[in-house]
Amino acid sequence: MAKTPVQFTLNDKETAVFVDGGANLLDVLRRVVGDLSPKYGCGQGTCGTCTVLIDGEPRLSCLTLAETVSDQSIETTGGLADGPDLHPLQRVFMEQFAAQCGYCTPGMLMAAKALLARNPNPQREDVIEAISGNICRCTGYEPIIDAILDAAGEMRGRVS
Amino acid sequence: MSSIEFRKDLFADERDDALNEIGKPTIRQDILGHVTGRSPYFDDHLFDGLLHLRCVRSPHHHARIRAINTRAAQSMPGVVRIIMPQDVPNNLNTLLALIGFGKDDEALLQGNKVAYQGEAIVAVVAETELQARNACNAIQVDYDVLPHVLDVEEALLPNAPVVNETYPNNTFDYHELYDHQKLRFGDTQKAFAEADHIVEGQYQMSPIEQAPTETCGAIAAPETNDRYVCYTSTQALFFSLGTTAKLLDMPSSRMHFIGGTVGGGFGGKVDSLHEPLAVLGARLTGRPVKYSYDRAEEMQVGAPRGAERWRIKDGLLSDGRIIARQFTGFFDSGAYTRLSSYAIIKGTGHLPGPYTIPNVSSNVYCVYTNRTPATAMRGFGITGVDFSIECHMDKVAETVGMNPIELRILNAYRDGDMKAHRRTAKNCALIECAQVAAQKANWSIEPQYAAMSSLQGGGAERAQIPQTVIDDVGKIGARKHNAIETDPATNGTISSKPSSTVTPVHATQAMGDSVAPVSNSAPVANVIAATSPAAMNVPAVPATHGQTPPPQTFTQSATSPPAGAPSSQAPRPSPAPPVVSTDAPKPVEPYRPQQPFSRGVKRPGASPFVSGTRRR
Repeated sequence: MAKTPVQFTLNDKETAVFVDGGANLLDVLRRVVGDLSPKYGCGQGTCGTCTVLIDGEPRLSCLTLAETVSDQSIETTGGLADGPDLHPLQRVFMEQFAAQCGYCTPGMLMAAKALLARNPNPQREDVIEAISGNICRCTGYEPIIDAILDAAGEMRGRVS
Repeated sequence: MSSIEFRKDLFADERDDALNEIGKPTIRQDILGHVTGRSPYFDDHLFDGLLHLRCVRSPHHHARIRAINTRAAQSMPGVVRIIMPQDVPNNLNTLLALIGFGKDDEALLQGNKVAYQGEAIVAVVAETELQARNACNAIQVDYDVLPHVLDVEEALLPNAPVVNETYPNNTFDYHELYDHQKLRFGDTQKAFAEADHIVEGQYQMSPIEQAPTETCGAIAAPETNDRYVCYTSTQALFFSLGTTAKLLDMPSSRMHFIGGTVGGGFGGKVDSLHEPLAVLGARLTGRPVKYSYDRAEEMQVGAPRGAERWRIKDGLLSDGRIIARQFTGFFDSGAYTRLSSYAIIKGTGHLPGPYTIPNVSSNVYCVYTNRTPATAMRGFGITGVDFSIECHMDKVAETVGMNPIELRILNAYRDGDMKAHRRTAKNCALIECAQVAAQKANWSIEPQYAAMSSLQGGGAERAQIPQTVIDDVGKIGARKHNAIETDPATNGTISSKPSSTVTPVHATQAMGDSVAPVSNSAPVANVIAATSPAAMNVPAVPATHGQTPPPQTFTQSATSPPAGAPSSQAPRPSPAPPVVSTDAPKPVEPYRPQQPFSRGVKRPGASPFVSGTRRR
């Protein structure tokens, strides 16, 4: 089967891969590039577990054809921390028990990051709206919402 | 900071009061991996040359397999190996075989008769998942579609299709004796006759899929030294290890299982279906093999919490005291046993809910239907019956015109009360819970109920085990011959033996099944009673009634279940000679490895399928 060359930046790093026709971005990130932070949950765009940022927008990588991301910028949870320094979202998630089994966490963090980038001062309803596409089957939504609000406050403080 | 009020007066004697963690978030030891996306779930292990395994699944609820044609699939691109049912070395298992409970009834790959939609028949191992899917679609299975049964009570009718050939009566065999789990405490029929009100209700709960975000799966790969490593999503690593060892007839010392990082389980990841096939695939191909459900399989084939139906009948006095409660319960086990048999034992131990009721009887059935096999999920065995009991309590309150909280307080267990399964209640707190709940909900209760306490009013008369009527209705196989009542029988009678001659009863006997040692001469009617609550925790001692011959009737009729099942209504005059039927099926010996697995663990209760030595 013919392969297509695709070049994009993954967490600010130039990445070039050959992908099979029809391959989805999730499989390419996990199996070809080796970034295991986005997770497979449903493969049909309903659970949000595979959420990554494409040019800053939250996207479901299981439904994104890998061929379509040429020259775009992709961010995953694997690139959220700056070396050993955790992103404020990661740290607050840790401190406030905003993860149980942890499987939805990478998707939640990406959805939250996109929200805070476009709205640094979200209301509770905005957070609920922003993660409404991400299922936490442990049903730990409240700590997740609290954590995102607290991280937003912390990030605003850091900027000012 | 916390809105939780601690009731320090409760459990004071059991609790270390230096609690300083509850109510506060704490840092989980595994959370750094979670927030950085580095927690090693089973699928986060990369292997060169990973193969993908997928299964051909039954589209029918119930069908005999006439032929399987894999010719077209064999030559399809990427197909490495097709695994047939006969390729599984020991293709029959039941999950609880590891603790010696129940008979082997489920094949890993089913080659004879499928009993639920989605049951796996053939596995294909291919280079890519897509190729495995395509090859599965190309495999032709010729089915002889059979009538199916999807309702628990229809499955109990004499002419119902046989779902599970290991259990031809469509019910799990309890204690090699009955087609249901019995509980008998006191005399419910007599109490119903004395009651001012009878309140009946039926409640049921559908199956519930655990739906973990990570689907069930495993990756197995050949390791050095003829071992296989297996990364798995399992919630029960040693179940999976023992089950794999058994199905593959392979010492567990040749398997290196790694689990512990589970992307949500909720009970749905204990069935150990993925590891055996993944390891078998790796063994047959010599390459790493991944076997995982996709989301559709997770929903259709992944075992849910089973459906339950409960009928509850209460007899109560006009002041709201419940004097009798009768249960008839049906657990929908689906096509195979998995854990439902155990869920019923657990549920029966929970009856009649947290209430002191002097007369309780219960029949609970583990029923096979052509639905997806049920398994564990968050409190399984308890959740459904608790839902039913509490719905019923509201119905009772309505019937007698009582405040539902006051009704619960009035009937709640208090310290020292005897429970229906012959354990003394201690550290009771329902009264206090109900009082706090009423207060929080601004639900007014009368001062006399607000003043009640779990610490007072229990014990004494309420600590006694009442004279108990037992019966032997519902022997294994009896229902096949003619439809008999599923409700706890009404034909037991109380013998006139003085209670002082009766020895205390161990809890498991008292649940109404292993009663043989104390019910010797008249199997249809015996009285179990005890003189002192303090004796309750003493292990069972066979009764020694003066003139009665040694106990035998129960156990002997159990060896010939279908033919020897009596439905007689009257007590037999003397112990009948053992009924030995010539056409009775020979009991199947439980599977044992031909040679003990090397360095077997010898300690009591250890699984015979897990080998290795204890670390010192």
